Amino acid sequence: MTLPLFFFYVFSAITVASAFMVISARNPVHAVLFLILAFVNAAGLFMLAGAEFLALLLIVVYVGAVAVLFLFVVMMIDVDFAELKSGLLSYAPIGMVVGAILFLELLLVAGSFVIAPDVVGAGGLPIDATMDNTRALGLVLYTRYVFLFQGAAAVLLVAMIGAIVLTLRHRTGIKRQSTASQLGRKPSETVRNVKVKSGQGL
Amino acid sequence: MDFILSALDYLLGIPFLGWGEQIGFVYKALALLVGLLIFTAFILLGDRKVWAAVQMRRGPNVVGPFGLLQSFADLIKFGVKEAVIPAGADKVLFLLAPLITATLALAGWAVVPVDNGWAMANINIGILYLLGISSLGVYGVIIGGWASNSKYPFFGALRAAAQMVSYEVSIGLVIITVLLCVGSLNLNDIVIAQSEMGLAHALGVPWLSFLNWFWLPLFPMFVVFYISALAETNRPPFDMVEGESELVAGFMTEYSSTPYLLFMLGEYIAILLMCAMTTILFLGGWAAPIDLPPFTWIPGVIWFFIKVSLVFFMFAMAKAIVPRYRYDQLMRIGWKLFLPLSLLMVVIVAFVLQLTGWGWHGGIA
Repeated sequence: MTLPLFFFYVFSAITVASAFMVISARNPVHAVLFLILAFVNAAGLFMLAGAEFLALLLIVVYVGAVAVLFLFVVMMIDVDFAELKSGLLSYAPIGMVVGAILFLELLLVAGSFVIAPDVVGAGGLPIDATMDNTRALGLVLYTRYVFLFQGAAAVLLVAMIGAIVLTLRHRTGIKRQSTASQLGRKPSETVRNVKVKSGQGL
Repeated sequence: MDFILSALDYLLGIPFLGWGEQIGFVYKALALLVGLLIFTAFILLGDRKVWAAVQMRRGPNVVGPFGLLQSFADLIKFGVKEAVIPAGADKVLFLLAPLITATLALAGWAVVPVDNGWAMANINIGILYLLGISSLGVYGVIIGGWASNSKYPFFGALRAAAQMVSYEVSIGLVIITVLLCVGSLNLNDIVIAQSEMGLAHALGVPWLSFLNWFWLPLFPMFVVFYISALAETNRPPFDMVEGESELVAGFMTEYSSTPYLLFMLGEYIAILLMCAMTTILFLGGWAAPIDLPPFTWIPGVIWFFIKVSLVFFMFAMAKAIVPRYRYDQLMRIGWKLFLPLSLLMVVIVAFVLQLTGWGWHGGIA
């Protein structure tokens, strides 16, 4: 057994185990923390596959930002665990159906996976030693796939605007701060230097 | 097993297991760790001394000459005290949080080149790794605050979650501007690029190498990075996470003895990591500021730590002279000021580099 293979088994075992714990943990905060553990180990698997840029992107975006917001929300909701557990069984059939459909789809995708005839021999091509992952991605992302890339960005922008529109409400009659007027104040307008004689007061 | 032997050879460099050519990884790691911890001890003392000097106090001056051994006395004190775990706390997570903070802070140093090629791991995506490590730093705070099961730590955790995620964005954009100029994510390359091109070369005085460094052409980004680094590491004036006037001690309220020590150690090592990032991105890393004999006699690693200390001095002065920000103002400058400014700079720098080809090796190194 080589060292990468050993680490492959370590990472994948922990990923699967923590993914199982995500759905079986009683405390939702623990579930999110197990989800983060699964993300980190998936990043480790990416790293082993030689996709170090994707691995770190997974860490920075999912673990560093998205999961923090998950945790932020989950920490603040007050869940009644007993009630949650009692309703669990009634949802089991729906969950089974969804799981079965996903499994079938995965099987179909895996079964229909073919290697295009023009890349059959590509595995044997020499790898350019000066080319690294990041540069290779950058060279195609902004040239060949620029429209797909911009399309994905537009979808994310629409999602962001949608979230803001859903939650934004303008209330009337509340006091707001005007940062410009706060910063624009001068000492001469607000501070007065008074010399007070002792025993007199103002 | 084969892999155990090769791992031992790589890690320890034990001769009879195949004569590993490089010095064992473990020895290098130990040297870095011990050096870093001793440096942190004195940086901690320096922080308190600077703070005291600004307020015209003496600061710690009892243990050892000039109080030099104060940090070690504190270490012993924290080590021998009893660790109190609150009854309602989530015990595993409560003890895991300081470990996460300290481990992540130390892990970041694995890729920092303290001299030319002197990094534990000289990886191609070094700067992205540092960004990832610093973005994980928030977990120690959130988990610690939640696991304490107490209201002030919880408030601290909530504040930390929003604050540290916000300032990561501007740090990421600042890093992108530097990357555009260099064309490589390797930390070693970033430092070398700063000595091979720049204003001093353009003016025909290449020995004035401090003019070459990125702090001059990217000065707005340097300022944004400095302020964002303060916010990302929860240093004053952005220490709402542990603001003692409203939250007792924030997420650290329930912590005592060794877990507290780990939090504090992790925090200071993360601050030093940010100082090292500033040094690498903007201040020429290990390079001497003037490329002439009396300066070039000093080894690069010394220059590196002199620069890190200088950046830390700026951090300490900010702590001493700037009053604490209000939370909404912190969010305002993060999202409404730094984010548009750094986005604009990314666009401008990209345009300038594309039009003039000023980047290192034309930006395609």
